[in-house]
Amino acid sequence: MKSFFSRYTPLQIAIHIYGWSALVRLIVDFYFHHLTANPIQAMEQRTGRHALTLLVLSLLCTPLNNFFGWRELLKRRRALGLYAFMYATIHLIIFMDLDYGFAWSLLLQTVAQKPYIIYGLCTFFLLIPLALTSFDIWKKRLGKNWKRLHQLIYFIAPLAAYHYILSKKGDLFRLQGDLVRPLIYALIIVILLIFRVPPVRRGIASLRDRILLLFKKRTPQPKADPG
Amino acid sequence: MNNNYKSEPIKSSEITSYSQYLSRRDFLKVAGIATGGALLAACAPTVAGTAVPASGASGATSFPVKMDELGSPTNSFEDITNYNNFYEFSETKEAVNPLSKNFKSHPWSVQVYGLVNKPKTYAIEDLLSKFTQEERIYRLRCVEAWSMVIPWTGFTLSSLLKEVEPTSAAKFVRFETLMDTKQFPGQGSPFYPWPYQEGLRLDEAMNDLTILATGLYGQPLPNPDGAPIRVVVPWKYGFKSIKSIVKIELVDTQPQTMWSTIAPDEYGFYSNVNPNRPHPRWSQTSERRIGEFSRRPTLMFNGYAKQVAHLYDGMDLIQSY
Repeated sequence: MKSFFSRYTPLQIAIHIYGWSALVRLIVDFYFHHLTANPIQAMEQRTGRHALTLLVLSLLCTPLNNFFGWRELLKRRRALGLYAFMYATIHLIIFMDLDYGFAWSLLLQTVAQKPYIIYGLCTFFLLIPLALTSFDIWKKRLGKNWKRLHQLIYFIAPLAAYHYILSKKGDLFRLQGDLVRPLIYALIIVILLIFRVPPVRRGIASLRDRILLLFKKRTPQPKADPG
Repeated sequence: MNNNYKSEPIKSSEITSYSQYLSRRDFLKVAGIATGGALLAACAPTVAGTAVPASGASGATSFPVKMDELGSPTNSFEDITNYNNFYEFSETKEAVNPLSKNFKSHPWSVQVYGLVNKPKTYAIEDLLSKFTQEERIYRLRCVEAWSMVIPWTGFTLSSLLKEVEPTSAAKFVRFETLMDTKQFPGQGSPFYPWPYQEGLRLDEAMNDLTILATGLYGQPLPNPDGAPIRVVVPWKYGFKSIKSIVKIELVDTQPQTMWSTIAPDEYGFYSNVNPNRPHPRWSQTSERRIGEFSRRPTLMFNGYAKQVAHLYDGMDLIQSY
């Protein structure tokens, strides 16, 4: 047990528990009929929300590190991103298999008729290269291009949110309809992306330094200062 | 019961096409899920005195299953009362039932007015006693591409309209849901143009299929289904069947309706079930019957073409959606 906790940090354990417990809960709820009268739709919606939540959490790591200097978060982005990809995959499989029974003609027709499915598919296909290259060996092999590739997430996350907005009854441009939950996700994503704009990021860094300075002045650190 | 609505025999062609529609692997999968579910459900703790679980997959119904004229069984009372689009309560379908527990559907009155010779406000009791309540087993097709079969009780809208005598100027009927932010928490949301309004052309309203439902499964209309009285127009998408109505107005111009105000490109005034008119977001070519695992093809006018297609003779139903 001791070695377990020395090998894994609490944050790491929490992420893995969330990553798997959501899936376990889904399966349990399916068997105990807690997924409404329309369980397939409920499973689609739940896995979609999990994927988006995990994507948002992975985007949260960098700004949190910038502000609080919590460096461990940077190491956890990979797990969060891969769990997001896992739920996106399950989401897509449920859609194709359980919902449409791999009836290709019906699926193609649906894809052609529903723009939000196209946005969802684009999101998924763009996530694939990120998931595949998330391992250290690829990070080394791709060098500078690795970071460029993974910055695709700045495009993917809003795309995923747009897919969610369009899947609801309503109209984004009139701000009418069932939009509260998808708009909350969209708003968080927009804020997290704004934090990455260089002037904003620098502003946050200097703000952080000033706060730290204030903190240091008030509670002077005992230093081994000769004289 | 003197109405033109007759049960139709099941066509053999329809049975064949549907069984072809379900592939073999689907049958196996459904069988597997059903067996697994039954095994696990047997281990689930049962709570005495509470409602049966909200899912139809268990097959548990406290009411006898009936058939519609196409041979489809009615959905369980539990499904019909636990999976509801009723945004006045919640945008979450399964949250509607608990939130509607304390809804006061009595006393209730419905005001019938506008271009009529004899405007009148009816107490719900009057509507129940004055008009013969009959059973109508209808398919309800939601624009979200799911459907149910529901044994409504109610009376034809035409019988009520005949009583108030629409004038020759009356061309449309406008319906309105109760506006009460205390009882309907959802009506506090600025994202919707409350109160909910719907409308029908007068000939649609006078069609024998159009009813005012006051119950289902022989029970008074449950709160999540629009107690105490609602419209049911079975050949149109579910949102046309407005719930908990307090006003029926005869007008001469096409009324504004809730969803066509929110997204006019997607929800037209007519909103007839039409598999040939692609909806921008939900494909309308197929649907999932609640309780079934495979999709089934959507029927023109939700399977009521014989009774209503003549209402739209000469109209382009892709343009006039």
